[in-house]
Amino acid sequence: MSAKTANRVATAVIVLVAAFIVLLLAGLLGYIIFRGLGHISLDFLTSAPETIKAGGGIGPQLFNSLFLLVLTLIITIPLGLGAGIYMSQYAKPGRLTDSIRLVVEVLSSFPSIVVGLFGLLVIVNLFGFGFSLFSGALALTVFNLPLMVRITEQALAGVPREQKEASLALGLSRWKTITSVMMPISMPAIVTGTILASGRVFGEAAALLFTAGMSSPRLDFTDWNPLSPFSPLNPFRPAETLAVHIWKVNSEGLAPDAAEIAAGASAVLVIMVLLFNFTARWFGRVLYRKFTATK
Amino acid sequence: MQNTGLSVKNLSVFYGEKEAVKSVSLEFSPRQVTALIGPSGCGKSTFLRSLNRMNDTIGGVKTTGEIWIDGHNINDSGVDVVLLRQQIGMVWQRPNPFHKSIYENIAFGPRYHGIRSKRELDGIVEDCLRRAALWEETKDRLHKSALALSGGQQQRLCIARSIAVKPKIILMDEPASALDPVSTAKIEELISELKKEYCIIIVTHNMHQAARVSDRTAFFYMGKLIETGETDQIFTNPVEKSTDDYISGRFG
Repeated sequence: MSAKTANRVATAVIVLVAAFIVLLLAGLLGYIIFRGLGHISLDFLTSAPETIKAGGGIGPQLFNSLFLLVLTLIITIPLGLGAGIYMSQYAKPGRLTDSIRLVVEVLSSFPSIVVGLFGLLVIVNLFGFGFSLFSGALALTVFNLPLMVRITEQALAGVPREQKEASLALGLSRWKTITSVMMPISMPAIVTGTILASGRVFGEAAALLFTAGMSSPRLDFTDWNPLSPFSPLNPFRPAETLAVHIWKVNSEGLAPDAAEIAAGASAVLVIMVLLFNFTARWFGRVLYRKFTATK
Repeated sequence: MQNTGLSVKNLSVFYGEKEAVKSVSLEFSPRQVTALIGPSGCGKSTFLRSLNRMNDTIGGVKTTGEIWIDGHNINDSGVDVVLLRQQIGMVWQRPNPFHKSIYENIAFGPRYHGIRSKRELDGIVEDCLRRAALWEETKDRLHKSALALSGGQQQRLCIARSIAVKPKIILMDEPASALDPVSTAKIEELISELKKEYCIIIVTHNMHQAARVSDRTAFFYMGKLIETGETDQIFTNPVEKSTDDYISGRFG
């Protein structure tokens, strides 16, 4: 076979594979959204679910998913940034650094059901936090933290060495160099990475079944005191997220319109994840322009 | 007027097992430009970077020997590296302005070192830009990104940035090698201007540049200092044969 033919064949194969993947994704998305879109209405998005009657909504679940995301970020961002900065700027290469990195990698590839059961045994029972948003956020931290650490580490490592040296050569401390010169340059990558990583919070179900729980108390959306047991903001209340709700409705839903609810909720979930990803990309670009003052 | 020079005694730098700089002793006088020349990999850049302990930031580098400035040995483990670096400015081969505005690039260092008053900072910015012959070109866009400047302007900005923290010595690592001839000429002019106040040490691959800007020249080869002396003498009447060979372009 001549080099030219080989080139053509290779190109054709690659294009076909790419087209197949795009079609698969488009088909999947189209199917989920097409099936669910008809069921989505303002009422569906805001009202509470019904157990045995038709016409229940996903309001509390939608809120829980978003609130859980915020809680998880509050825990993971400081920890992840700190560890990432340490790993890329302070840790000396050696056995300790390598083993930390290994632990971080292993942590991120843990099966989520195992993390869920671990959360049930340790966070929910042993520490006594019960089925709560807080327990769920801690379980999700197990997944998000490694990502956060790696994102920060890589973003900082991507800063040109001359930028760091220029700051040090002016007599600035290492800490000031990191915060004032390196962080602004790496911020777009860190923000984009964080948002993409937290998209996983929306989709996670297995780890939350046994930590955040499979039910929501009857939330009172007029009560914003975080200590009240019926307040949506109380982090120590059980909270069923959208992904968990889909799973539950599908496997044991008693409402006559369970199938429609699952389809509608799935569509909402997919649309949220998509929105989240697009926002992340847009936000990353905006930040990049702002920090480098390029138009 | 600064009266500080730099005195290097038996400086060796190791990258792991490899000895990149071999027991070099060299004196640098105030208000003089010293050019470090030699073929690629001869250790001159490594030598330069050890003068402000910039090699510390790379893992696996070991430095021995003494570097004296103002009666302090830079290589002493008790020396505050952060304070030390304020006294020794540095300019790199490729312009590396901060990803900030032109104004911030200059004001960043002095502000960190305790100057808070806006009027004072404004004064420093203008003064440094003027001395770097950049004021006229930038005074109307001080708060625009420094990255929008041309390469030559960026390099002059980097020089302005380094003098803003009032160093005594300025290290330059091939400061014009990434620039066009016109920008190069401007940088050389600037070096001649700055040497009235500072001790300047410049690494260069360009023999003509070394001959034009420097008062003294040191020739490095294979990590060793082969020969040093007045630039005129080194270029017209070198003692060592390898110096002669390098300068006349027979190797390197």
